[in-house]
Amino acid sequence: MRRSDGLINQLDWMTIILYGLLVIFGVINIYAAVFDVDSTSSFFSLSHNAGKQMLFIGIAIIVAIVILSLDYKIFDTLAYPIWLVFIILLVVVMIFAREVNGAKSWLEIGSFRFQPSEFTKFATALALAKYVSKPNFKIGRLKDMFYLALIIGTPAILIIAQGDAGTALVFSMFVLVLFREGMSPIPLVLGVVSAIIFLLALLVENDLYFWSPVAVIVGLGIYFNRKNIKRIILITAIGFAVIGMYHSVGYAFESLLKPHQQNRILVLLNPNADPLGAGWNVTQSKIAIGSGGLSGKGYLKGTQTKFDFVPEQSTDFIFCTIGEEQGWLGSMIVIILFTALLLRITQIAERQKWRFARVYGYSVATILFFHFTVNIGMTIGLFPVIGIPLPFFSYGGSSLISFTILVFILLALDANRMQRLAH
Amino acid sequence: MNKSRGYIIQGIFVVVAILFSIRLFSLQVLDDSYKTAADNNIIQAEIEYPFRGLIYDRNGEILVANKAIFDLLVIPTQIKNIDTLRFCNLVGISVEEFETKVKKAKAYSYVKTSLFLKQISLEEFSKFEDHLDEFPGFVLQPRTTRSYTYPILANALGYISEISQYELDRDTVNYYHSGDYIGKSGLESNYETYLRGLRGKQFKIRNVRGVEKGKFKDGKFDTLAVPGFSITSTIDRTLQEYAEKLMKGKSGSIVAIEPSTGEILSIVSAPSYEPGLLSGKDFSKNFNTIKQDTLKPLFNRPLMAAYRPGSIFKIVQALVAMQEGVITPYTRFKCNTNLIGCHNGASHPFGTSEKLVGAIKNSCNPFFYQVMRKMVVQHVEESAYKDAKIGLDKWNGYVRNFGFGAPLGIDLPGEKGGLIPDSKYYDRAYGGREWKFSNIYSIAIGEGENLVVPIQMANFTATVANRGYYYKPHLVKAISNTGNPLPIYTKKNYTGVDSAYFEVAVEAMAEVIKSGTGQWRAKLKDIEVCGKTGTVQNDPNPDHSVFIAFAPRDNPKIAISVYVENAGQGARAAAAISGLLIEKYLKKDSATLYFEPYVLKGDFE
Repeated sequence: MRRSDGLINQLDWMTIILYGLLVIFGVINIYAAVFDVDSTSSFFSLSHNAGKQMLFIGIAIIVAIVILSLDYKIFDTLAYPIWLVFIILLVVVMIFAREVNGAKSWLEIGSFRFQPSEFTKFATALALAKYVSKPNFKIGRLKDMFYLALIIGTPAILIIAQGDAGTALVFSMFVLVLFREGMSPIPLVLGVVSAIIFLLALLVENDLYFWSPVAVIVGLGIYFNRKNIKRIILITAIGFAVIGMYHSVGYAFESLLKPHQQNRILVLLNPNADPLGAGWNVTQSKIAIGSGGLSGKGYLKGTQTKFDFVPEQSTDFIFCTIGEEQGWLGSMIVIILFTALLLRITQIAERQKWRFARVYGYSVATILFFHFTVNIGMTIGLFPVIGIPLPFFSYGGSSLISFTILVFILLALDANRMQRLAH
Repeated sequence: MNKSRGYIIQGIFVVVAILFSIRLFSLQVLDDSYKTAADNNIIQAEIEYPFRGLIYDRNGEILVANKAIFDLLVIPTQIKNIDTLRFCNLVGISVEEFETKVKKAKAYSYVKTSLFLKQISLEEFSKFEDHLDEFPGFVLQPRTTRSYTYPILANALGYISEISQYELDRDTVNYYHSGDYIGKSGLESNYETYLRGLRGKQFKIRNVRGVEKGKFKDGKFDTLAVPGFSITSTIDRTLQEYAEKLMKGKSGSIVAIEPSTGEILSIVSAPSYEPGLLSGKDFSKNFNTIKQDTLKPLFNRPLMAAYRPGSIFKIVQALVAMQEGVITPYTRFKCNTNLIGCHNGASHPFGTSEKLVGAIKNSCNPFFYQVMRKMVVQHVEESAYKDAKIGLDKWNGYVRNFGFGAPLGIDLPGEKGGLIPDSKYYDRAYGGREWKFSNIYSIAIGEGENLVVPIQMANFTATVANRGYYYKPHLVKAISNTGNPLPIYTKKNYTGVDSAYFEVAVEAMAEVIKSGTGQWRAKLKDIEVCGKTGTVQNDPNPDHSVFIAFAPRDNPKIAISVYVENAGQGARAAAAISGLLIEKYLKKDSATLYFEPYVLKGDFE
């Protein structure tokens, strides 16, 4: 048993404590979200989401223990097979699944349902880490970049095909991981610039307001580089690319996004345009959080959640319950816990000497970061409504267990980092 | 180099956390509007309408009560599988109306209640109350409107109806809501703040589907409706009914006052309307009919019709002149018809000279011409013009003390003041040109520019009956919260004329009835009535018939003024009506009412 004694000493308890606090705070708020004055049932009753979430927490703990007791090398060894299994499951889901809320992402076996797309996140992170830690891997090399795109893109495209674009967006976070591993920041900058152009294309009503500043910037660029013909060509090309992109957004917006997705983005830009229709979720969510005040209305006393004004209260909009019942102080606890966890995970990743573990660590941090940012951002009207859960908080077995696996594989790798060094 | 990129990534995490904290702080702590929005989402105030105060007559009979009506409310989202045609048949509307109304309600809110149909009477209500459960989404809200025990007193009682936008805008304390009922005229308007009571409000919590989920904050902000105060009016229902019966088919007014209190026993404006017409669902239809009536039933003549007083004004003149000392009860003037016409030649031959009592009894115009000249022309200034101004203004001051020339302050809206001319008035009328007594003498006999309203005539009669003072005439003797009338009605107002002079006036008025010409129609067995006729010239139309009287002579119980438009001599219609009312009031059921057929027949030529 010496190995397990050593393991317990080597475990990063700080992360486990942060994880535990988030999960407990989460289930307490799920109970508040499903709480109904008329039929008070016990916290542990399986008739409501909070009781079921308790069950999922139990399963998550077992899963965590199992992961910690496995030989850490197995994650490296089995990285590709695990990835492949979930890719196959994604395909299976597309064939057999029933459509729920416009997406075919649930696999049902008897009364047991699960969402393979949740699990592809850690599977893809493992495969990515495995590929990047290859001895002859060179970032920027075309062949390597192709395989990376294959590892990341395959699940993303399959998930988009399922109709769950929100979850697919998570995979864009791997760009941040590759940036840490030395990739040129240009894709990152391009991504941000594209997002800005996209928003401007939807916001600006008169094209002239977009054209003229671009023309001025291009003109200035040409003037200052008037002696360098290569640069002039480059700047002009970029100018045309920007304008072209701007004009293709309208087309892309209408042809690629589903009407409800278009609405979510339009509503973000102007929530008052359709307060009872597409804007309802954002409006009610903001009302819930905004009405919490400094210290909240009190546990189980939120009217927005209790009287069903907020949609998806125990899953995607769980943050509304915290905002309304615990106020700004409660919201800050959540923000601080998450930020602490993210920073801690980054530090864990940085202290890995093994590239596999480091890349995996950054994947964990960026995936959690994406969920945290997008989920809370949408409840307070900073992001469009993208149906992704708040990690550890939102009700849902697949989500909780997949995030637990995500974090505990990193802890397993971290606990054994000295052994790896000894090799 | 790559390690520093780790710091960039950590930096991004921290920046997002800071952005979220700031955004949350502004949403939750700085911006209060979300709190209101959250409350508005769940709270629906249900109004409990208070019971409006009742109006009683002086003997405790109910004049105005409340009757139940129902407003039909709708919650659009709860309308499910209803038989629209059947519903429309039960409620009595067309399917198109139904659809317009539902659409309008939906435009307001799907989950909150909107008004669907107003003022459903109890009979209509009973038709479909048993079927209401077949029509989910529709709720009945009980309200009350006015019901009238007797079809009398319409203009004095007034009516209530839905508050207008103008009234809502003027309601600075925001007591009223759109759709509330408010007193629009008469006592309903004047005593609105006492009668209306206090609206009750219950704050209910409703969830997103409009389903009730209990009381907001355990009912901490809920209030119960407080019924309005009832008021006891001074009206004698029996007398009022009889007075209205006598005025049927005539135009004019009657005001009867109890002199010892100023309480109005009866106030008639003829023609009138049936008060019940302006209550309930047909309000608008009936109101327009009444408003367009050329006889103006909504014109409250006792307060609003300014007439020339005619000969009854001679009593005022006598009192003023005696107090001023320009005549004594024994001063005689010749009946010189060269000065002014006199129509009482038969009993009062040309050239006789009378003392005051005789002059009043015979309504001698030349006598009062000379009284007025003595009053106006006092030779205090050399210029006849300046002298007349001083005299006239002195006279004006006395007359105003009797309550003429300005509204008395009765507790009904719309009272007019009439006109008692002063020097400024004539300066204006003559446009800067000079004037003196010879220009204005017709005011001496109650003609000319003088204008009085019937309530002032009755009040003057009560003043004579009281030998020198009056209480402001009023219609409410008790408000249920205090049991008293409003304080201004318990204060004596003195005329400034000695009561001894009033005895002379009383003597003269008693003589009018005893031995004057034709005034015997107001004479009663066992009751000494004091009165004075007036026949107000109204060329080219028939004269107005005016009569004031009080009785009994000692310890008077009733003072009355009757004004019948276009009915000829005062001694006929007005005197007969006065006599009948005095007898009815004082003798109750043992009254003989000898002249009733004469008055009801209505032919006074």
